[in-house]
Amino acid sequence: MQAELLFAFYIFMLAAFLGFQVISKVPPLLHTPLMSATNAISGISLVGSLVAAGAHYNPVSTALGFIAVTAATINVVGGFMITDRMLKMFKKKDGKKS
Amino acid sequence: MSTALVQLTYFFASALFILGLKDLGSPETARRGNQFAAAGMFLAVVGTLAHQDIISYEWIIIGMIIGSAIGAAMAVFMPMTAMPERIALSHAFGGLAAAFVGISEYYRHGAEMELLKTVPVGFEVIFGALTFTGSLMAFGKLSGYVTQVPVTYKFQNQSNLSLFGLALALYIAWLFTPSYPILFYIMLGLAFLIGILMVLPIGGADMPVVICLLNSYAGLAASATGFVLSNNILIIAGALDGASGFILSIMMSKAMNRSFTNVLFGAFGSTAETSPGAAASATGSVNEGTIDDAVTVLRNAQRVIVVPGYGMAVSQAQHALRELADLLDSDGTSVKYAIHPVAGRMPGHMNVLLAEANVPYDHIFDLEDINDEFSKTDAVIVIGANDVVNPAAKTNPSSPIYGMPVLNVEEARTVIVLKRSMSAGFAGIDNELFGLPNTMMVFGDAKQTVTKMVQALKG
Repeated sequence: MQAELLFAFYIFMLAAFLGFQVISKVPPLLHTPLMSATNAISGISLVGSLVAAGAHYNPVSTALGFIAVTAATINVVGGFMITDRMLKMFKKKDGKKS
Repeated sequence: MSTALVQLTYFFASALFILGLKDLGSPETARRGNQFAAAGMFLAVVGTLAHQDIISYEWIIIGMIIGSAIGAAMAVFMPMTAMPERIALSHAFGGLAAAFVGISEYYRHGAEMELLKTVPVGFEVIFGALTFTGSLMAFGKLSGYVTQVPVTYKFQNQSNLSLFGLALALYIAWLFTPSYPILFYIMLGLAFLIGILMVLPIGGADMPVVICLLNSYAGLAASATGFVLSNNILIIAGALDGASGFILSIMMSKAMNRSFTNVLFGAFGSTAETSPGAAASATGSVNEGTIDDAVTVLRNAQRVIVVPGYGMAVSQAQHALRELADLLDSDGTSVKYAIHPVAGRMPGHMNVLLAEANVPYDHIFDLEDINDEFSKTDAVIVIGANDVVNPAAKTNPSSPIYGMPVLNVEEARTVIVLKRSMSAGFAGIDNELFGLPNTMMVFGDAKQTVTKMVQALKG
């Protein structure tokens, strides 16, 4: 059990460090799409909610899980779609859209 | 699907998230990056659906259908000007999902929970709950349902801190006696309350920092969920989100030359310490120009820099602005855009609006890249920006924004300021730029003014 926790902390630390390095390189130009995309990624709570909603541990867990699934799906689907919609608009030269 | 296979999908999903974020670092690859991340999410969800604990799918399917419909509708119909509101709302959903998964875990295991699980559950629930209500407050402020003016009262920081201390005490007490659910639920209620009270004293101009901070909290809550469920992909994705929000909040605070604590506890703009005399003198001596005056200046200009601010977003002037820039460009005038890091209500807000209006991103420059060019510029158009062009930040040590990096617009030959009225910016500070002899004030709605300028320039 202790080893498992320590392992989880390792993963957290490495991911946070990697995230810090990768995201520091994103220019201010793309900060809004970045935020919108990381927001969609944090919709990963969906993974936890799915089990709560589908496992039938008890009615309360199912209800909470159901709401969580709905909320997280809004973030995942909406987040990736709107990020794509934004990024589609970023153009370099005078590429006038028809 | 076996557990090993589920873990394998998580492994590839994590790799796709990281690759996706890396690609988001350049406008050429950003779209592909977002698609990588979306593919990773798809893999992770499909893998999870095979989890051995899931015995029925009806609630999952209903939830996912409702969620997809709402999410897709928001993504398609939300105007780009409402981006900050949408982001705030999605932080609220993220916080809610994390909090509810935590509550559900505690409800299921109750007193049998070991310390290894209660520690992250409490963390997850506190952060999830305060992210939820805090983001809803931010959404309310951004969309105008709640006043953008900081709400302050006596002993506000003291009472907020004691509430937080109380929640922390309940958390620790609950860790040692997990068989008392009452401790857990009071703690939960307090976290909801703290979220509201935390955002209440924060003014409109400080919203970029708060949105980043809530972004970070939502990520940390997701990561804590990973610790509770022993799920690595939740830990990784949450940590990535937490790191991104954290970096952005540091960048935003730096751009305003203020510390984190100052933003959170300072209630900027509430104490409008401006002397009435200064305000009167500023209003007394401004050069008011007509549309034709402004157009004449622009006609004679070789180099023009546009400085947009939140006011451009409010009046949706970006398309008219692009038209104006096109006309000037066809006359051989160079037009650049200068973006202050905290212009607007969230990081990168102005860039998205300009991109929407088809402004090529290589015409858009950050503060440090363009600040030396103002002295060589014939005309600057300040459209809906105020505090980010206030020279008092450089000259007046008693100004609340003293030390904040600002755009040196006053160095240009002529500064055309498009503004609704003489009112102060969101920071509630007078702007001496408006009284300078090389400044021309054109009052009115930004979009209408720019549209009229376009017509005058054509005619």
